[in-house]
Amino acid sequence: MEFFNASIFLLDSSVRLTVPLLLACLAGLYSERAGIFDIGLEGKMLAGAFAAATVAALTGSALYGLAAGIGVSIIFSLIHGVASITFRGNQIISGVAINFLAAGLTTLLGQTWFRQGGRTPALAGDARFNGIELPFAAELAGIPIIGPIYSELISGHNILVYVAFAAVPLTYYILFHTRFGLRLRASGENPKAVDTAGINVNLMRFKAVLITGVLCGIAGAYLATAQSAGFGNNMTAGKGFIALAALIFAKWMPIRALFATLLFGFLDALQIRLQGVELPMIGEVPVQLIQALPYVLTVVLLAGFIGKAVGPKAGGIPYVKER
Amino acid sequence: MSVRKPLPRWADLILIPALNLILAFLVSGLVVLMIGENPLEAVQILLFGAFGYGEGIGYTLHFATNFVFAGLAFAIASHAGQFNIGAEGQAYIAGLGAILVALFLDQTHWLLVMPLAMLAAAAIGGFWGFVPGYLAAKRGSHVVITTIMFNFIAAAIMVYLLNNVLKQPDNMAPESASVVNAGKMPQLREFWDFFGFAPVNVMLFVAIAALIFTYVLLWRTGLGYKIRTLGKNPDAAHYAGISNSAVVMISMTIAGAMASMIALNEVLGVQGRLVLDFVFGYGFVGIAVGLMGRNHPIGIGLSAILFGALYQGGQELAFMMPAVTREMIVVIQALVILFTGAMEGLFRGPLETLFGLVELNRSSAGRDVQEKPDDRGTGVASYAKSKE
Repeated sequence: MEFFNASIFLLDSSVRLTVPLLLACLAGLYSERAGIFDIGLEGKMLAGAFAAATVAALTGSALYGLAAGIGVSIIFSLIHGVASITFRGNQIISGVAINFLAAGLTTLLGQTWFRQGGRTPALAGDARFNGIELPFAAELAGIPIIGPIYSELISGHNILVYVAFAAVPLTYYILFHTRFGLRLRASGENPKAVDTAGINVNLMRFKAVLITGVLCGIAGAYLATAQSAGFGNNMTAGKGFIALAALIFAKWMPIRALFATLLFGFLDALQIRLQGVELPMIGEVPVQLIQALPYVLTVVLLAGFIGKAVGPKAGGIPYVKER
Repeated sequence: MSVRKPLPRWADLILIPALNLILAFLVSGLVVLMIGENPLEAVQILLFGAFGYGEGIGYTLHFATNFVFAGLAFAIASHAGQFNIGAEGQAYIAGLGAILVALFLDQTHWLLVMPLAMLAAAAIGGFWGFVPGYLAAKRGSHVVITTIMFNFIAAAIMVYLLNNVLKQPDNMAPESASVVNAGKMPQLREFWDFFGFAPVNVMLFVAIAALIFTYVLLWRTGLGYKIRTLGKNPDAAHYAGISNSAVVMISMTIAGAMASMIALNEVLGVQGRLVLDFVFGYGFVGIAVGLMGRNHPIGIGLSAILFGALYQGGQELAFMMPAVTREMIVVIQALVILFTGAMEGLFRGPLETLFGLVELNRSSAGRDVQEKPDDRGTGVASYAKSKE
């Protein structure tokens, strides 16, 4: 029972840590499926987190914060879109620029506006997304096994957690069962065919980039107004890149993205749990090893040593319409 | 009908980067304005901080040294068609080689320490570039993703080693032991007190040598020719009998070795010991330096000084205008990368039209329009061109 409770606790924190990864991973999925590489997920999340925390602090409403986070993240993704779609610039360079821009601006403006070393004021009450008790959570808690699973693991999270998990089947449906999804995927695989069919490739790509912005904004808002009570310097701390790794790990598939981010979220929770813990037989586990595991796994997978990850064919190439 | 013309060389090499840079600075000025300070005053402080007195110049040159290495690490890989954004990790992990050699030989002479530390750092940094190169060439991995991952893996390894292996028992901080004698790179201020307390050191000359080395390597050797051919047209390179995979691996290794020199400049030039995150983003700035400098050693030298001045002047600015924090430099950097790199096409289109119109006017006034061959060319054509 001791072990069971500890596992539930670990899984619960895995779920919480998975959410930003999952949202960012799905964000990258839309963009890359449409043929636009995006290594600026990190920057968009960071900018979204800052905007969400700032507006939530000023208005006292987490929802306004969320809207601001999404809005700012969209602005950043439109910069990426204009650079890489309209001006046919290098998508990687644009992503690097966006990461820098977000890292610099958030701290600079945070310091200017709040004078707390780049942090935003601590949020409380309605300025944060608080946990939601699902029906019967309290009543079922007493039942062994199922009770704790339902009341601890499934119930009691904030609304954004459920939004993130609901986004997985939704993304699957949109990408693989709608006309929009087909066109979006085709823009990333064979833009010429899309163009021949009379569809505007660049517009499709802009729509994809826009969705990326929305999802990154939600991820940022989650970090700043749900998981934490405010914005801290560089609070994404590489999560955007882990999400990118998860995207490759998931081979650009939405359902697999869920499992990849759950795995990476679990590793993160495990790493926190194991800090300074002596395990029998093994001794202290170097947490850095677990921290580096997502990156190592991605490198190994990308190199084709375990399976093969091949991205969308037209990814990274600006589309030039023939005249 | 399109009146667009390929731009003349001077416009491509000087006019476009200059316009993009001006735009980046204008937007930066707006940011300064937004946080309630006077941009013109800020520029004044920045320029004085970077060039106005000896110590400032010393710091500018010290930062420029880092940026030369980082810029070259990006540029050399770029010429081979590889996008190396792993200079950060390559430099970080190379610090290991530099500090271990320096600690081991601390009681000898710097003339012995320096080449050996450079070799050790270059070996480790080069390896950190080689592996992504190998995975790209032989296993078809995407070099961008692999180098990003390698940055994080390097960081994890260094945190582990500094906390668990290199940490001194009497020190709470995760730092290695310090070098006290020969392990420190000779500082220029020891010979010339003009530089005040600035940590500019002999690595400055290594950086200049690296620029010359890169020029000779890329434009005056067979290997350089192969590297550039691969970057321009992999198919042509293949048909010319060049082993593309070997060239990718070699160029990524050289790039990693270049990045590793940052470790000597910082670890043995400033800190005297290995500390966490000593690379401090210099590796990433190398991307901007390479882009600005059009991946050419002369351009890289100039843009390294520009970024060195931004760093030093920016620190001065943060000191003089407390509202403008150090992150302002990061913002300016980002805008420079955005406008000179990603939005490079912003002025290109209008300029091409402009030049085309000028040309058209001139020729309609005089004789017939001369058809210019398409600059893009086929594989064979550009292959022949690069052979010239």
